Amino acid sequence: MTTYLITGSRPYGGDATDILIADGRITAVGDSLSAPGAEVVDAAGLIALPGLVDLHTHLREPGREDAETVETGSRAAALGGFTAVHAMANTDPVADTAGVVEQVWRLGEQAGLVDVVPVGAVTVGLRGERLAELGAMADSAARVRVFSDDGLCVSDPALMRRALEYVKAFDGVVAQHAEEPRLTAGAQMHEGDRSARLGLTGWPAAAEEAIIARDVLLAGHVGARLHVCHVSTAGSVELLRWAKARGVQVTAEVTPHHLLLTDACAESYDPVFKVNPPLRTDEDVAALRQGLADGTIDAVATDHAPHAVEDKESEWAQARPGMLGLEQALSVVVETMVETGLLDWAGVADRMSVRPAAIGRLAGHGRPLAVGEPANLLLLDPAHRAPVDPAALASRSRNSPYAGRELPGRVVATFLRGTPTVLDGKATR
Amino acid sequence: MKRHLLESADLDRSDATLVLDTAAQIEQALAGREVKKLPTLRGRTVVNLFYEDSTRTRISFELAAKRLSADVINFSAKGSSVSKGESLKDTALTLEAMGSDAIVVRHGASGAPHRLANWVRGSVVNAGDGTHEHPTQALLDAYTIRRRLGRLDGVRVVLVGDVLHSRVARSNVWLLHTLGAEVTVVAPPTLLPVGVGSWPVEVGYDLDAVLPKAGVVMMLRVQAERMNASFFPSAREYSRRYGLDARRMAALSDDAIVMHPGPMNRGMEIAAEVADSVRSTIVEQVGNGVSVRMAVLYLLLGGNEPA
Repeated sequence: MTTYLITGSRPYGGDATDILIADGRITAVGDSLSAPGAEVVDAAGLIALPGLVDLHTHLREPGREDAETVETGSRAAALGGFTAVHAMANTDPVADTAGVVEQVWRLGEQAGLVDVVPVGAVTVGLRGERLAELGAMADSAARVRVFSDDGLCVSDPALMRRALEYVKAFDGVVAQHAEEPRLTAGAQMHEGDRSARLGLTGWPAAAEEAIIARDVLLAGHVGARLHVCHVSTAGSVELLRWAKARGVQVTAEVTPHHLLLTDACAESYDPVFKVNPPLRTDEDVAALRQGLADGTIDAVATDHAPHAVEDKESEWAQARPGMLGLEQALSVVVETMVETGLLDWAGVADRMSVRPAAIGRLAGHGRPLAVGEPANLLLLDPAHRAPVDPAALASRSRNSPYAGRELPGRVVATFLRGTPTVLDGKATR
Repeated sequence: MKRHLLESADLDRSDATLVLDTAAQIEQALAGREVKKLPTLRGRTVVNLFYEDSTRTRISFELAAKRLSADVINFSAKGSSVSKGESLKDTALTLEAMGSDAIVVRHGASGAPHRLANWVRGSVVNAGDGTHEHPTQALLDAYTIRRRLGRLDGVRVVLVGDVLHSRVARSNVWLLHTLGAEVTVVAPPTLLPVGVGSWPVEVGYDLDAVLPKAGVVMMLRVQAERMNASFFPSAREYSRRYGLDARRMAALSDDAIVMHPGPMNRGMEIAAEVADSVRSTIVEQVGNGVSVRMAVLYLLLGGNEPA
């Protein structure tokens, strides 16, 4: 295995130092390290952070390999600085059995660019009727710990209660897509002033908040872990703050796009901005940033949702919801959280690596940049600024909401257990 | 005028006034003529691309284009390549490749004309998109009000009914506001959008309270299927609380007019004796629709010099 000497990078944005990587681990951190035979990576001016962990990625395989595969999604993830991604269960077939989660896990191993951690469906076929074999998925080679019907809400309160309870047996967590379906029938965008004017059916904030309120009460009652996917409203942040203050074991994630974009984007009627939950208002964006800064929201998760051109190049109502996120997630966080002074680099590492790894119970990720730790890390050029070109993305799809937008930061290198998956800003395989 | 007519929210006061003035000139030019046709758009092709059934709007646009001597193609989504799964974009590019200069589009999805406008070089006219807008309806309504009452500035217009799902309501709210009218919307709260507070209108729930001061009462069609979705308890209750019957009509001032974009549900939102009364402009609106649509096509395709 090649030994790498990373010279001059600034771990967590601190003082410049050298990092030596050998046999998959960080073997030395200090000034003027020398390592004969090591490959030197000149990282002067670059920020070193632990490899990012995504709790929420749609890799589309099996079923929609025209939109993304485990391999292309893994490459996009590596280029975004990720060393682990949780692959959502709403594939075709649904990842609701040990067989499917093991297939996805194995495809991830073959691609070898990030650790692909399958998420298991909570209910059979995502139908919300009866529990999938959660224990079998937990015991499988994929070692599933996060369970989610994402894309759909586990809306039946009794079923949700049972799921929360059941996964305690293997330290699992239910990641809820909080959307009361009766309140969002036909919904197209955030319900408010803009939906009123645009004539697009509204997705009320209350439909998210009602489920979060219910679920934190259930999680508290049965003493189980709950994770809330893609929190999008100011009211949700309030509820989470309240629940955490009461000692409920609840964690939550926010997407990069909800930190940056608002429902004003819908005025173009361009479905690249159609997403579920929808883009909200300026007030919601401010509350989400604040919630992420103060830790009420634990993690940034991409909800990377590739879609084929024909599923987006259509009328708004006909288009599928979702947007790409892996390759721009860190840049968006830099713009919305770091450059605004809301988070320092250690905070970025905490919200994008440490806490998501803890939520997913990933032992080898989210570890500090310290001697003896697994060499999962990224090098970021924070001074770089460039407009996003969807055609240049590694994802198989092109539905980036950031097309043409200038964003800060570029991932120069990513290491997965000591092996570079990205060098000089390019994927190594 | 811009290249497209996508929404009345886009029209400034001078654009909107230009359309109304042009419609009046066209009407004058054709008055008393035996051959009701102008040569202005000879050699130009207008496509009526209708994804929803709408006989009256399609015929109105067809007549308008033909009276301007344009070639007209009617493309109905039913029984066409669309029913075989062709996308809106492919349909648009196909029509343009055949030489269409303007596409008049009716579509069930809000914003579909905006999407079309990104894909074609010719003009796009919104003939009703989902629950968003129906700008030529608002223009013909404004034209009708101006003809009947002589002005729009300061006229009190009351819009009654399913504002939530009504593209006619949205288009009228923006256009009438632009033209200086004072607009009030009246509906059961379930049929008003969350966010109506940001519109330049007064909002009321009590029809009887606003009728005495109204110069125009515009009744909106209420679809029976709303009843099943609990927007209101029953057709009868809706009719009692928000229907315009003879008793309510009697509360109107002498010169107030009653409008309806059609098609009407007689006995639901409007009583037969109101629809057929001298206050009613319903038939007149249909006639004015042709003139206003001629004006729109002329201004988009023919240039800005007087007809």
